[in-house]
Amino acid sequence: MGDFQIKVQPKTYDVVIVGSGAGGGMAAYSLANAGLSVCLLEAGPNYDPAKNVTQLKWPWESPRRGASTKFRSFGDFDACYGGWQLEGEPYTHAPDTQWDWFRARMLGGRTNHWGRISLRFGPKDFKRKSIDGLGDDWPIGYDDVKPYYDRVDKLIGVFGTNEGLPNDPDGIFLPPPRPRLHELMIKKGATTAGVNVIPSRLSMLTKKINNDRGACFFCGQCSRGCTVYADFSSSSVLVKPALRTGKVDLFTDAMAREVLTNKEGLATGVSYVSKNDMQEYQVKGRTVIVAASACESARLLLNSKSSRHPNGLANSSNVVGKYLHDSTGAAMGGVLPQLFGRKRYNEDGVGGMHIYSPWWLDNKKLDFPRGYHIEYWGGQGMPAYGFGMGIENSNGKYVVNGKQKEAGGYGKSLKEDQRFFYGAGVGMAGRGEALAIESNLCEIDPNTVDKFGIPVLRFNVKWTDHEVKQAKHMKETFKEIMHNMGAIITWGDDGPETNYGLEAPGKIIHEAGTVRMGSDPKRSALNSFNQAHDCKNLFVVDGGAFVSQADKNITWTILALSMRASDYIVSEMKKQNL
Amino acid sequence: MDRRKSLKVFALTAFSSGVLLDACKPSDKKTIIEDGASGKHALTIDRYPAEAVEHERLMSEKFFTEHEMQTISVLSDIIIPADEVSGSAIDAKVPDFIEFIVKDRPENQLPMRGGLLWLDMQSNKQFGQPFVKLNHDQQINIVDQIAYPKKAKPEVLQGVSFFSLMRNLTSTGFYTSEIGIKDIGYMGNKPNQWNGVPDEVLKQYGLAYSEKELKECVSFDKA
Repeated sequence: MGDFQIKVQPKTYDVVIVGSGAGGGMAAYSLANAGLSVCLLEAGPNYDPAKNVTQLKWPWESPRRGASTKFRSFGDFDACYGGWQLEGEPYTHAPDTQWDWFRARMLGGRTNHWGRISLRFGPKDFKRKSIDGLGDDWPIGYDDVKPYYDRVDKLIGVFGTNEGLPNDPDGIFLPPPRPRLHELMIKKGATTAGVNVIPSRLSMLTKKINNDRGACFFCGQCSRGCTVYADFSSSSVLVKPALRTGKVDLFTDAMAREVLTNKEGLATGVSYVSKNDMQEYQVKGRTVIVAASACESARLLLNSKSSRHPNGLANSSNVVGKYLHDSTGAAMGGVLPQLFGRKRYNEDGVGGMHIYSPWWLDNKKLDFPRGYHIEYWGGQGMPAYGFGMGIENSNGKYVVNGKQKEAGGYGKSLKEDQRFFYGAGVGMAGRGEALAIESNLCEIDPNTVDKFGIPVLRFNVKWTDHEVKQAKHMKETFKEIMHNMGAIITWGDDGPETNYGLEAPGKIIHEAGTVRMGSDPKRSALNSFNQAHDCKNLFVVDGGAFVSQADKNITWTILALSMRASDYIVSEMKKQNL
Repeated sequence: MDRRKSLKVFALTAFSSGVLLDACKPSDKKTIIEDGASGKHALTIDRYPAEAVEHERLMSEKFFTEHEMQTISVLSDIIIPADEVSGSAIDAKVPDFIEFIVKDRPENQLPMRGGLLWLDMQSNKQFGQPFVKLNHDQQINIVDQIAYPKKAKPEVLQGVSFFSLMRNLTSTGFYTSEIGIKDIGYMGNKPNQWNGVPDEVLKQYGLAYSEKELKECVSFDKA
């Protein structure tokens, strides 16, 4: 590179934010509305679900009929640009360890993909060590976060019901949709098994909440992004209105390389490479907020070494990258024979389940710590790649319209079978809390860089016995629910040889814990306001800040804590502390 | 053209892929721009630049020979023929889908090509002709030997694997086509007001919504 030079953006911002997902989007929204000037860096391209449309498209509009590709791991219609592997951006593993890393590269990040399951942590979720002696308590409790959960509920919109449960707090809810047919059957079967079933809590607008966003029209396709913004994604609900304030400059295709610091050790801005011209840039800010996803944020800090921060930025505690954990996941599926040959009607509903089961048991009576919630699916979905495959595993097993047939076949008889079995599938999955432990970590691989020359992460994560026992319990519960419903299990009846079907860590895409908060600067990187102990004008507002992640999808808490950190930044600036 | 503008163009005109490709793959620029400008391979769904490049590449390649495509067509129409409800696999352009999907998912290439040859060899052995040259009864005779995994003879199990793959690809191709979706009876993918399970269906299964559900859940006036 003969003419290597770094271009310095002329403007100095009040805040430079790395990442436009839930954490970064909320910070940009909150701080821009407080009047601060904001530079928002996003490693992927711009995106607007009203313009980049896959919603209401038919399967044949994808030449692969919606099958997944390396560009869209969750199918050709999925809104999310990214995947388990990104070209030119590798990650590595320590021997005999597992971590599947999903990265979104687009405005709004992974909020374009997630299931919009919007659960508050409960009072117990912040104080697990006090309950079971494992891990650590958060330096804050539910009462500290509750006002922000309330504000997030109102700002973004979530449906659900107030059930008065001790550790699944009530919220400010829009009305939920009525259960679908298979969901009524699940509810019966689960209730008989002693498993509580309540309306799900998803950030989708069953009623209009403002003039910027429409109401849900029940196409069941939130994963494709919503053209009327009736579901939550950071791009449409936070970044768009933030841009309208005129206070935010958005730089897309900007891959952060390093957080810059001065000789006092304070952050001065961010250096990044623009993917458009492969040139190096620097942008200056009074405050830097990192929200690149738990692992990317840890990577960025570890790669930001200086004489004042020789172990990586904000890492005098040596915890950055450690305590990495994902949700546990295990699933089971089958068919409901009573739904064979069912009547057809449009049951798309919202883009997700209408019911779910919050954790219902007391761990004192169990052989594992921490709980899990159960998600359910089934019904008359839109056919996509994979539909109708494997008929030879079904059509010999069940009597079709009064006839016992030989497995396999072809012709008019095959068409009869496909019609007969359509819409009879049912399934469920557990999402549980894994323990955040110090030895599960990501670190900088000393030998490998990505295509931008940035050192990459090496993962070193192993499940413990706790998580395996939890998966075993999930499978026992699922079997009982399936049995009670009269369902026939067709997959997921796993035993100890596969750790009871426990998914590889990372697979549930709830990475957290790598830049954790705490009151002791020797054992944590951030204080209780997501502010670095070692660098007062540096904040981390993604899942990295989490001490533990409950069995609740982490987005709602990322949003609440990012809003809380933003309030704190404004107040500290007013006091001239930042 | 700046990045944001070009993205906008990309979103608004489905075949503007050429506009964006300069940065992606300079060596192929010329042909891709021509294809893009003609809209030959335009898609109606959102594509980002790297996807558009990959799409053009896949569309510029051909995998199956004419003979193989003929065999695939005959087989797919045996697997999904027209009946009183809907048309056939050929009506639904399933062979074109199969040509695309084996390029897109190359793990299918060897099993398909080898399986088609296996089929021709068996046809030749039993009836002295490749599969497409057999009469309908002879074709059905061969298909019956490999269409039922549990009762198939051990010496034709490779054929069973191939036929199962053909049945899978034909079924998925058919039921994700316009004809197939109508056949299977999927009623959604349009703006709707979800009012819950229709009353007569609840009755059929002896189910009902609870008072709590009726009170709490969103509902719409039935027009």
